[in-house]
Amino acid sequence: MKHTISVLVENKFGTLNRVAAMFSARGFNLESISIGETEDKEISRMTIVTRGDDMIISQILKQLNRLIDTIKVNDLTHKPHIARELLLMTLKLDKSQQREIFELINVFKGKVVDIKQKSITIEVIGSPDKINTAIDLFRPFGIKEIARSGTVALNRGEG
Amino acid sequence: MHKSGQTMNGSEIFFECLRREKVDYIFGYPGGALLKVYETLYDVKDIKHILVRHEQGATHMAEGYARATGKPGVVLVTSGPGATNTVTGISNAYMDSSPMVVFTGQVPSTLIGNDAFQEADIVGITRPITKHNFLVKDVKDMALTIRKAFYLATQGRPGPVLVDLPKDVLNSECVFNWPENVEIRGFKPTIKGHENQIRKAAKIIARAKRPLLYIGGGVVAAEAAEELGKLATSQDIPVTMTLQGLGAFPGGSPLNMGMLGMHGTYWANQAINDCDVLIAVGARFDDRVTGKVDTFATHAFKIHNDIDPTNIDKNVKVDLPVVGDSKHFLRTLLESLPKAREDRSPWLRQIETWREQCPLGYSIDEKSLKTEFVIDEVSKQTAGNAVVTTDVGQHQMWTAQYYKFEKPRSIITSGGLGTMGYGLPAAIGAAFGVQDRPVVLFCGDGGFMMNVQELVTAVHYKLPVKIFLINNNFLGMVRQWQELFHQEKYSFTDLQNSNPDFIRVAEAFGCKAMRAANPAEAKQAIDEALAYNEGPVFVEFQVVKKDMVFPMVPAGASISEMLLDRLNPKTMV
Ligand SMILES: Cc1ncc(C[n+]2csc(CCOP(=O)(O)OP(=O)(O)O)c2C)c(N)n1
Repeated sequence: MKHTISVLVENKFGTLNRVAAMFSARGFNLESISIGETEDKEISRMTIVTRGDDMIISQILKQLNRLIDTIKVNDLTHKPHIARELLLMTLKLDKSQQREIFELINVFKGKVVDIKQKSITIEVIGSPDKINTAIDLFRPFGIKEIARSGTVALNRGEG
Repeated sequence: MHKSGQTMNGSEIFFECLRREKVDYIFGYPGGALLKVYETLYDVKDIKHILVRHEQGATHMAEGYARATGKPGVVLVTSGPGATNTVTGISNAYMDSSPMVVFTGQVPSTLIGNDAFQEADIVGITRPITKHNFLVKDVKDMALTIRKAFYLATQGRPGPVLVDLPKDVLNSECVFNWPENVEIRGFKPTIKGHENQIRKAAKIIARAKRPLLYIGGGVVAAEAAEELGKLATSQDIPVTMTLQGLGAFPGGSPLNMGMLGMHGTYWANQAINDCDVLIAVGARFDDRVTGKVDTFATHAFKIHNDIDPTNIDKNVKVDLPVVGDSKHFLRTLLESLPKAREDRSPWLRQIETWREQCPLGYSIDEKSLKTEFVIDEVSKQTAGNAVVTTDVGQHQMWTAQYYKFEKPRSIITSGGLGTMGYGLPAAIGAAFGVQDRPVVLFCGDGGFMMNVQELVTAVHYKLPVKIFLINNNFLGMVRQWQELFHQEKYSFTDLQNSNPDFIRVAEAFGCKAMRAANPAEAKQAIDEALAYNEGPVFVEFQVVKKDMVFPMVPAGASISEMLLDRLNPKTMV
């Protein structure tokens, strides 16, 4: 099954590479990986989305822990957490469909970030599921290009 | 020793750090990126630099030294080709968990990434085969980085660590400060195993009717042989070992069952199938050991101790895991064992029956020589007390079967990676570390040629290594598989017409050389070689061309399905 793993790592060059290389060297599935600095400049947070049975996931967690640059590994899958993804998508803009497109953007609480004569670029933020649904529903209008950020996730706050 | 607070250049800091780490040998080879280091080295007297003839040799020597002494092996090589030549040796040390620190020169940091002359991204290349690696970008970080490198290489599960040193960093100056303590946030190995788990293990062991100890190299690395010995003898538990575990338990003990797995003994593999409690210590259930995983020790309650949590449940699901140092595990286990326990004599009798049914053995005739005889004879003449290194192939498996290792740190062999060319440099490295025991190398005619250049190193430093070349004029182990499983198509494995005259090769390098072609000559040559201590001695044993290592578990089969002889490979037991 699909797992979302949050990893705190040393903010050093090569760390992302080391983690990605561990996945490829051991044949683990890597659906998405995203990384960025945290409140502490020396630490980055990585969010990894992967798939596997219990035995594989447990190996993935252990192997991640084993890397010297990883400080903390946390499988969020079965814990309350927030997961978000950013979608940028350019659609064909056909005057006759303009209204429908804008309505759909509203439904997804998306934003128009660029608009031209024949194309429109929008952004949508949401859970990976919501992003998938958005892509499905916009598809009939003619998708020209898509960029997804991959998931970022956090534990839900306490109290 | 220089004091902290002095201003020094990067090269001086480098040696000062090695001094603080109590390094006595560096295995190295110079080059452009290291000119400053070698300039500094010219006046260094307390650390000995060993000039090798190929950087791969340096890494294997460092590993041989590390495994013979327990101290980390140190390598120094230049950038680019010097660095890439270390890849096999680093990989080997990684697979076999040997402590090693490799220093590579690098082009000046301003040129990194420019495809500069003799540039290679060695940090990138070695990322998957090191425990960790570093690029030092500022001379101010050098001391701390070197400290961390030694710490990481030796603590927890040992392994190789690489430090890349750009030329300008080695040339520039800063104030030297030695960090006494290191703190690495992401590295906190569990040393003490969970005490409740160990107590539980003790109870289960006491109730076991047919317990079995399965011991790996982790016990040797943890210096836990004494505790293992106490556990086995006080509890009457038979011991079987992996290739790397050999020596952890004395070869002469009646409880010693030898190696298990693909070329393990019949009785060890039968016992694995039949035991009710399997106690795996410092071993990782490698596929060469388990054979077909789902038929491995199916009746046993499995206890597994390992310092590396990733080894737990990786290949075989266990019932009671204990992450932690093997010495701590065994010691706590001994303290926790209840007084009352099951009687194991029926179990030991059963094992004895298996042993008698299918003992290890070989035939001797006066006119031809067999590898088994040579190894058996060396084992007898050294009373199991030599430090033995091997190359990879049939002779390696026969060494595991016929040399009766009495002590830990006695077998130095490439187990995980299976690197031909490993044995000669590893023997040289071991000989630098160990002076009070003979250092013996068994190698094949194939593997010997892969790092033959290191003979110069042995001769130059007058190292008394005994180089026993087993010449069957074949890439023997591959030939064995070709005979058994590939319709005897001996494709590119017959070396009869392309092997050199080995005696002349050895002599050209300045080595004393002898030849033996029958048991009497072999006995005599071994005797002479063991007595000769002025430098290396080379003996070529001309053995029969077509001998096979038995018993054998074919790849992918269950370890209970052993081939016992060549005549009828299809009848498995
Ligand atoms: C570097 C390397 N290349 C190839 C192999 C594959 N291999 C394993 S055993 C073997 C034959 C070894 O022959 P030899 O050194 O003569 O030893 P013998 O088996 O005859 O004792 C080969 C080619 C290897 N293990 N390592």
